[in-house]
Amino acid sequence: MLVLVVDSSTPAVTAALVEVTASGVVTRAHRCTVDARAHGELLAPQVDAVLADVGARPTDLGAIVAGLGPGPFTGLRVGLVTAATMGQVLDIPAYGVCSLDAIGYPAAAGEPVLAASDARRREVYWAIYDGAGQRLVGPEVGTPLVAAERARALSVTVAVGDGAHRYADTLGLPLRPEPRYPDANALATLAAERIRAGAPGDPLTPLYLRRPDAVAATARKPVLP
Amino acid sequence: MADEPLILGIETSCDETGVGIVRGHTLLADALASSVDQHARFGGVVPEVASRAHLEAIVPTMQRALTEAGVALADIDAIAVTAGPGLAGALLVGVAAAKGYAVAAEKPVYGVNHLAAHVAVDTLEHGPLPEPAVALLVSGGHSSLLLVDDLARGVTPLGATIDDAAGEAFDKIARLLGLPFPGGPYIDREARAGDPAAIAFPRGLTAAKDLAAHRYDFSFSGLKTAVARWVEARQRAGEPVPVADVAASFQEAVCDVLVAKALDACRTSGIETLVIGGGVAANSRLRAMAEQRAARHGIRVRVPRPGLCTDNGAMVAALGAHLVASGVAPSRLDLPADSAMPLTTVSV
Ligand SMILES: [Zn+2]
Repeated sequence: MLVLVVDSSTPAVTAALVEVTASGVVTRAHRCTVDARAHGELLAPQVDAVLADVGARPTDLGAIVAGLGPGPFTGLRVGLVTAATMGQVLDIPAYGVCSLDAIGYPAAAGEPVLAASDARRREVYWAIYDGAGQRLVGPEVGTPLVAAERARALSVTVAVGDGAHRYADTLGLPLRPEPRYPDANALATLAAERIRAGAPGDPLTPLYLRRPDAVAATARKPVLP
Repeated sequence: MADEPLILGIETSCDETGVGIVRGHTLLADALASSVDQHARFGGVVPEVASRAHLEAIVPTMQRALTEAGVALADIDAIAVTAGPGLAGALLVGVAAAKGYAVAAEKPVYGVNHLAAHVAVDTLEHGPLPEPAVALLVSGGHSSLLLVDDLARGVTPLGATIDDAAGEAFDKIARLLGLPFPGGPYIDREARAGDPAAIAFPRGLTAAKDLAAHRYDFSFSGLKTAVARWVEARQRAGEPVPVADVAASFQEAVCDVLVAKALDACRTSGIETLVIGGGVAANSRLRAMAEQRAARHGIRVRVPRPGLCTDNGAMVAALGAHLVASGVAPSRLDLPADSAMPLTTVSV
């Protein structure tokens, strides 16, 4: 089955087409651009491009997989609204996968790993995975120091992801170079069981992890300056 | 008529998620989801709260619009979406949604100007707009006077507020008077029981020296301060605040300036059509005063019904239909959301 994968939870804007078969997940087309400020501009043309790459039409798609974040709010929503609207038009299920899982799962390779992406404000979105790539802790948002302490307590020996690179000194862990951003094939692999089973789609609720920046007005503010 | 283009419009520039469907000048559906209740306790629209609400609302709102119109996305000829101006994060959800629909349904997409859409929506009620026309757009986010030479290709800004938007002034005065947010409808209601001549509040930028530099511009910040001073003086003296009279006198001052400048623009250019749009166009006093004074000069005032004046998807669809009918090319798929989109840009 031809499946569209999108993720916009990090500075990398990703669209990919994968073939999900009974035995595996094969990437057929892949576009990724790293530009934290242009998610809204880049994603739709990339979706168009991967379809053109394999000579497919949207109606050839059987399912959509979207990274749910965590990620900076504005960009994150682009991928999710794209997946939700396309799923609605095509009447196909859209599945959500934690974007950090698509970094931690492929990186685990036998040893526990800390996956981190940049959360801005000197914080990271992070999660910890066991050697089989199963998430043990997270996803959470916090300072790199807190993430490093939890990783040490769980005997994590390696870190991965753009956030880990950015705060390598604080984390004090050896780095895996890849994947730096959520891996499209991993996103599809983590949803493959649901895709094969034809499970109902998800509501695609973003993993915001932070509350909106808004303070409720407790006292009436004076109108006069 | 079945051969007129079937256009879908998406609006998410502020706190309303709107999806409208039109065929030519005929409105088929206008579905709306509002996050206004989530903002009420903050006394104003919180951008991140609005953006989150748009993401949750867009798919169900689209479904309601399609059902209401009795059409499928496959039947649509083009998708129009507000690309600006507005709240950046909120616009982005609508633009990304429009692209998702456009890519999946293989339809063209038009990124359009929210303000031009406020003008275009009137065609759904009163038919094609005579050009040139003057348009007065007043809401919580904008207060502009424009010359509409060609709604498909460009409008000329004549003037705008130099401080607060008119709707913002309504919100602030409502808060001052202990009325709920958004303030417009509550001021309107209170004012009906009040005397518009009870208190002489100032008319911003109407003095001769101001007119020289700001003939078609507006200013509501001085009025807001004057009302606040007046109310606080009453409170300090331990006297009750005559809410109805304050509301009526404040509303009269706002409407007086808006109508005077709009009609001045019409008369100066010899234009016989004035279109009023935006949330404040739902104000009953503004509508009555504009019609009354315009009639004296033989100017026709066109104001859509209140439900079409506030932000909605139908207005975006109406502008989209006009663009398609005028042969304007669709936008590219990489069209950006532009929170500061200038009035001179009708579509990107
Ligand atoms: Zn508006």
